[in-house]
Amino acid sequence: MTGEPLLEVRDLKVSFRTEDGLVQAVDGVSLSLSEGETLGIVGESGSGKSVTMMSVMRLISDPNARFEGQVLYKGRDLMTLNPEQMREIRGTGIAMIFQDPMTSLNPVYRVGWQIAEQIRAHENVSKQAARARAIELLAAVGIPQANHRVDNYPHEFSGGMRQRVMIAMAVSCHPDILIADEPTTALDVTIQAQILTLLRKLRDDFGTAVVLITHDMGVVADMADRIAVMYAGRIVEQGSRREVFYDAQHPYTWGLLGSIARLDRPKPRRLATIPGQPPSLLRLSPGCAFGDRCTHRFDLCDERPPLLARVDGDHLDACHLEPKQKKELRETTIHPELIGNAE
Amino acid sequence: MLTFIIRRLLWTVLVMFVITVVVFVIFFKIPGVDPARAIAGRNPTAQVLQEIRAQFGLNKPPPIQYADMMKSLFVTRDLVSYSNQGVKVVPEIAAATPATLSLVFGAAVIWVVMAIAVGLAAALLRGTVFDPLLMVVALIGISAPVFWLGEVANLITQGTLHDTFLFSWVPPLGYNPFFQDPWLWFKGLIIPWITLSILYIGFYGRVLRANILETQNEDFIRTARAKGLSERRVLLRHTLRTSMITFVSLFGLDFGALVAGGALLIEVVFGIHGVGYLTWQALGNLDLPTIMATVVYGAFFIVLVNAIVDVAYAWLDPRIRPT
Repeated sequence: MTGEPLLEVRDLKVSFRTEDGLVQAVDGVSLSLSEGETLGIVGESGSGKSVTMMSVMRLISDPNARFEGQVLYKGRDLMTLNPEQMREIRGTGIAMIFQDPMTSLNPVYRVGWQIAEQIRAHENVSKQAARARAIELLAAVGIPQANHRVDNYPHEFSGGMRQRVMIAMAVSCHPDILIADEPTTALDVTIQAQILTLLRKLRDDFGTAVVLITHDMGVVADMADRIAVMYAGRIVEQGSRREVFYDAQHPYTWGLLGSIARLDRPKPRRLATIPGQPPSLLRLSPGCAFGDRCTHRFDLCDERPPLLARVDGDHLDACHLEPKQKKELRETTIHPELIGNAE
Repeated sequence: MLTFIIRRLLWTVLVMFVITVVVFVIFFKIPGVDPARAIAGRNPTAQVLQEIRAQFGLNKPPPIQYADMMKSLFVTRDLVSYSNQGVKVVPEIAAATPATLSLVFGAAVIWVVMAIAVGLAAALLRGTVFDPLLMVVALIGISAPVFWLGEVANLITQGTLHDTFLFSWVPPLGYNPFFQDPWLWFKGLIIPWITLSILYIGFYGRVLRANILETQNEDFIRTARAKGLSERRVLLRHTLRTSMITFVSLFGLDFGALVAGGALLIEVVFGIHGVGYLTWQALGNLDLPTIMATVVYGAFFIVLVNAIVDVAYAWLDPRIRPT
């Protein structure tokens, strides 16, 4: 990592008051992102990954939401900005693309208009100039006949094409950070690869830092420099891509890794799964949140394990097991078939 | 577009045919209805009745009578009222139309503006006491019968408080043509406008509030915020614009019905001699030619307004446009 981080989240806590009680959606998350870096945030649904980044953008307007902690963007705490200051950062400093391109564009406006609207919200340019930029952007994200398609409505595009439009819109004001919230989840597998290739190309061309939120380890394997694994509102493991994929320390990460179908290993009888359900965020146990589903649980797990560097300077994890033990247990969890074959 | 217009026109003709036939049949099937008696006045002799039947063609078979009536309504336009001797109904309706249009247009302007204000305010003030308060007031507005409201308004502005500074400006009941004295026209209509619009303000305000709250949860509103648009722009250009789709289609239906004579109660209460008033009188006198003419007039406006709404709807929501 080089120099001052572009974005730093410090001990972010987000909770929602509900009829059933307080839901702690994000519980003390700290992250940092350097210029041009790609951070993957991985976790299953409800692990708090989207809420974390939506909070960074201050896009949660639910009056029952409570926020604590700091979000430093270029040294300014976004949590303390007034709406107008925040508005200036959205789109130009930090832009976001969302999971479902079918519903993320306004159905009643032409796509070119929607892109131009963002440009004109931040820059003092004429309508014609904004439209010309919209056409350029649509062409840059691989929409054929962009000068013609600019006047189409969202419902005249396919899902993949709409996501391209969303990406064109997000990069229209050259943001420093692009947050992609499950950008490929709603798309066909073949389109997913195209969208990821496009994101990678834009990142390399513009030097944009990317936060890639996903539940798919395969997506981050391709793109992320660093990976944070989230579970029940907390980060349970964080490290470089290499560290997380080849030296994973947390049993939950093992479960995620085990659920990837791999072609370079013997074919398992069936993919490993994580037993049980994610815990309710209403009443989290004081111990390790993953404890109930963990096959390696022991006495110490009744106490919450802190996120610490246990093996290496930058490689953090929240598991009480000794690194040595982990090494032995890991292979049996991720690749039970290897053990089976050896017998 | 041309096929659209042609289809609309054919549809209109069909609708009018069906409606006029139904009105005609119902009229002659009502027991005890004898137009000749209505025309003849009190205690006619049998011979007078015979003469009248011959004169008005009432002794011909019903299909011929129907055809005659349609001919004098649409072609020669000299259809004569049964109850008011010698009065031609087509000019009568033409004379009543400005009053109805003035009443309904004015009320529509007030109710659209106020309903948007109420709906927006309630949606924005959600979570405070003002939202439920506004909605209760709106519900009261919906529940109050319009003829009762009108009578109360009359009682206050024409009666108890008429001689105070508050309402001394209110002219006597009745319609004053715009081209004679625009200011008097306005003063005479302002109370009927408000009375007529109260129901619709309440109803439309509630509908709009619900639609705004629903739209606010849409993904594209989140996108609009993430783009860095101002809250004002997100609200007006994205939330409100998309929420107006239901509003506009409802408006078309209500506006058409009111122009077509649905403002009858208000017209009667405020003595405005519009189309509704005319219909009310004709119904009381069993005056078939006038009823027929007002029904045709009403059907025409409803079809026309619906066509306009279809165009407006396609403009508001590009997804339903034919490609």
